[in-house]
Order: sequence, then C-alpha cells, then structure tokens
Amino acid sequence: MIQGRGWDVSLLEIRNLTKRFGAVEVLRGVNLTLEAGSVVGLLGDNGAGKSTLMKIVSGVYSPDGGEVWFAGKPLAYPQHNPREARRLGIAMIYQDLALARQQDVASNIFLGQEPLCRWLGLWPVIDQARMQREAEQVIERLGARIPSVRHPVGQLSGGQQQSVAIARALTSSPKLFIMDEPTAALAVREVEHVLELIRELKRQGIGVILISHRLPDVFAVCDRIVVLRQGVVVADLPAAQTNMSEVVGYIVGAH
Amino acid sequence: MRIQLPYRTPHTPAVRLESFLVLLGLSLAMAVLAPGFLSINNFLNILLATAVIGVLAIAATFVLSSAGLDLSLGSLLAVGGVVVGVLGVNLGLPWWVALAGGLAAGVLLGGVNGYLIARAGIPAFIVTLGMLSVGRGLSLLIADGKPIYGLPPAITFLGQGRFLEVPVPVWILLSLTLVFHLILTRTRFGRYTLVIGDNEMAARVTGIDVAAHKIRLYMLSGGLAALAGVLFAARVNAADPTAGISYELSAITATVIGGTNLFGGRGTVVGTLIGALIMGILQNGLNLMAIPAFYQQVAIGSVLVLAVWLDRIRDRRPA
Repeated sequence: MIQGRGWDVSLLEIRNLTKRFGAVEVLRGVNLTLEAGSVVGLLGDNGAGKSTLMKIVSGVYSPDGGEVWFAGKPLAYPQHNPREARRLGIAMIYQDLALARQQDVASNIFLGQEPLCRWLGLWPVIDQARMQREAEQVIERLGARIPSVRHPVGQLSGGQQQSVAIARALTSSPKLFIMDEPTAALAVREVEHVLELIRELKRQGIGVILISHRLPDVFAVCDRIVVLRQGVVVADLPAAQTNMSEVVGYIVGAH
Repeated sequence: MRIQLPYRTPHTPAVRLESFLVLLGLSLAMAVLAPGFLSINNFLNILLATAVIGVLAIAATFVLSSAGLDLSLGSLLAVGGVVVGVLGVNLGLPWWVALAGGLAAGVLLGGVNGYLIARAGIPAFIVTLGMLSVGRGLSLLIADGKPIYGLPPAITFLGQGRFLEVPVPVWILLSLTLVFHLILTRTRFGRYTLVIGDNEMAARVTGIDVAAHKIRLYMLSGGLAALAGVLFAARVNAADPTAGISYELSAITATVIGGTNLFGGRGTVVGTLIGALIMGILQNGLNLMAIPAFYQQVAIGSVLVLAVWLDRIRDRRPA
C-alpha cells in the first residue's frame, strides 16, 4: 500500500479492461492490482493479451473499455501516452527492446528526454557532453559492461542491449517497472543479473510486473502470479502457494 | 576479389570515408585527364552547377534519414519558381513578397505530403508520386504553361550575383549545408529524424510525436525544394513550369552516394554535399574532356551503385 489522500490505495489497479484489434477481442474484461514494492509475474500463452495489457498501461494503446488507476488516479485515455506515462512514473521495457540500433548508447538511454543547452545562448542544442557523462553513470550504476556509450546499440550483444533498455527505463525514476520478456534472449549469467535487478527494485519499493515464459525466473522473484488466457485473468495466486505444474495447467487451460 | 577497407569505426563519423575517398580520387583523375580542370574558376563552376541539386539533396537527406521518400522535389522546385514569377512579375509585387510566397507554396504542398503520410497513413512513395504529378500540373496552370521572364533584380541576384568573387548560389549551398549539418547532428529535431528512420516504435514509446515530426519534415522538404526552384529560376532568369523534371532522382542519388541510409536511421548532410560534388565533378570533367553526355549518365549511375556496394562490404564484416 502507498499513501493516497487519507487512505491506502494500490499502486496500479486495472478494472474490467477491454481492447479489440479489428475483429479480434484481445482483452475481455481484465482485472489486476499491484501494490508498491511487490512483484507480479504475468503469464499466459502467446496471444493471451499480456503485451497488449501492458502497452495500455504504458500509453502505447488506448483501451476500448474499463479503467486503469495509477497511484490513486485514473489514467486519462485516450490522452494518456508514453510521455505522460513516463512523467507519472511508469516505465516499460518492451519485448523487442524498442532501441534505435544505428544510434549510440547515450542517445538511446536519453531518447525523448535529451538534456539541452543553448548554443550561443540562443538555439537549443543537445548537450552531448552531459548526455554521455550521465549515460556512463547510469550504465555504471547498473553494473553493465558496455565498451563505450558512443557505440551504436546494434553492435552490442543481446545482454548489453537489454542493459541499455533497462538504463533508459531507470532514468525516469519509475514507481512501476514493467518488463516484457526481459530474460528470453539472455545468457545464464545475464539472467541472474536481471533477476537481481528486480529484487533491488522491490527493495526500493518499486512495483514490478514481469512478463515471462520462463517459469523458474518467475518463481525466483515474484510474489504473485497472474495468468491470462484468451483475454481474461484465469488465475491470480500467491507464488508461495502454487507450483509450476499448476501454473502450466492454467496457461494451457487444463484447469 | 576482396576489397580491403578499414573497419567501420564504432563512433559514426560525420562523413563516410568512402565518399571522401571517391571525391578525392575522382578529383585527382580529372586533374590529370581533363584540361583546365584544376583552376579556382572551374571549381566555382562545379559548385555553381551543383547548387540547385545540392539544396534538393539536403531535403532528400532529412526525408531519407527518417525512412521516408519525397519524389515531388522536382515538381515543388517548379512550383516555387513559378509562384515567385507570378507574384514578382505578373502581379508586380515586391521581390521579398514574391520570394516569401514561393517558399510558402513549397512548405504548404510539403505539408500536404506530410499530412497524408503521417495522419492518413498512405505510403510516402504513393503520396509524393501523386504530388510529383499534382505539383507539376499546378505549376503549369499557375504559369499558363509557359516560362515567366524578367524576374526582379533582387531575385536574379540570388542566382547570378557574386559576393567576394564567389557566386551567391554557392554561398547559399554552403551555408545551408553547415546549418542543416548542425540541425541533423546537434538538435532534437535532427536526432528524432534519425530515430524515426531507425525504429519508429522506439520513437513512439519514448514519447516522440512521430506524426507531427513527419509533417514538419515534409514541410521542410517542400520549402527547400521551392528555394532550389528560386535559385534555378534566378540563374536562368526565367520561372519555367517545366523546370526540375527528374531532379528528385539526382538529389536522391547524391544523398545515397554521400552515405545516407536509403532505409533511414543514418544520414549526413556534409556527405550529401560530397555526393553532389562527385556528380558535379564527373559531369564537369567529362565535359572538359569532350566526352558525350550519354557517357555521363552511365558514369553517374555506376558511381551510385559502387558507393552503396562499398558500404555493404564494410557493413557485412563482423563488428
């Protein structure tokens, strides 16, 4: 619980959310709550609606029906957009990372919020020196190994690219951190790094939603497990009171 | 056969090495082969002959960097020139009103391109192919199908005048190159142009207003095309509604030779100037050697393919 005006409210509360793309009903009345400092694993088969649900929260899509409350206030769709989400403290790492691969690491980390200075006191230009300095600091805080913040992102390894995406999400000091398949393309050592990051975010009181197909990762860090199937929540369980085979049952529809 | 080039440096340079080497090699070859190539006067001639295509190519650099395409550059060039002619000659308005009107016409039609691409979601190829025809038709309609002669002296100065012995169009080309180089490399406008061309989703999820940015890009492109049209009309002292046919292809050629990625994400205005100069030097040198113009077309087409090929070879090697 975080302190709202006089009473306790959840960090994120999704109420009866619906979304369709053309004839396809992707979300059919989804309910989900998340408290600050807790980690929820969002599971489901391909096409269950996990990414769509999270992209509505992060402002990429607008819902057709239902509400999303964040820190005690409703998100104002359809004006809600990624810039507004970031301002409110919602950060998301996308499955394809959403990086500009021909641009360098520093540009990607500060994309959309480049520090400016005035050239000859008149014209606003990007403060390259400051951007690179701060990018180096963020990368160092993350403990990521990246040859140089001036390296084009496309030339880095999968794990390094993941670090850049995480670094970008962290620059906005988020209250809610959404990760869509963050460990799918990583080596074992890098996976452990991401899981440790999630634990650290939890310690700092940040709410985390982890979308993943890798159940061991989910059980390693999550407090609760929510399973989506065909656009509805079919299970919402404390991680300590369930096991992998039960969760798999919910995902494939055996329950 | 294996061609050895240095590895691409991780830090993207302002100008691609290949285009600079091609420019240098070509200049050396022409200096040896073409009589009268090596003189300041001839060099200024090349720059002067490059000015119109060079200005168009700056527009093409921005649009291609954003993974867009503007096929209407040549037609909007004609619109810009003709509107200046009608306002300045037929209506007898002051030269600066005529100039502003011509540029505004280009910005407006470019804005129509941008709106249809960004808001209506029609592919840039289709929209600007349509504008290629609409713009040409409009300029013929406005000018009643024939050139308008006798432009105001202040306008012809832009095409024929000299400042410190250097032709005014050369000053304009060089200063625009500098300004737009700084815009592309140092400002948010330039950075977002490249990012949209690189990965539009990355731009979207970080809160960049992609549609508004695209509309501004095509307005810029139309405005620069109209300015090129003013320079062209001023130089030949006639606003010709048939001016600039197929110039968009030369502009795109210069841009790609200069190292801008045809599919977006990487662009260089200085490289584009070099690309335009490579084409200008080829033309000039072959002229001086009295080689028929048909060979020039073969040569320019070959240089285009060669430049992109060299680029590919470097990109394919392990990073």
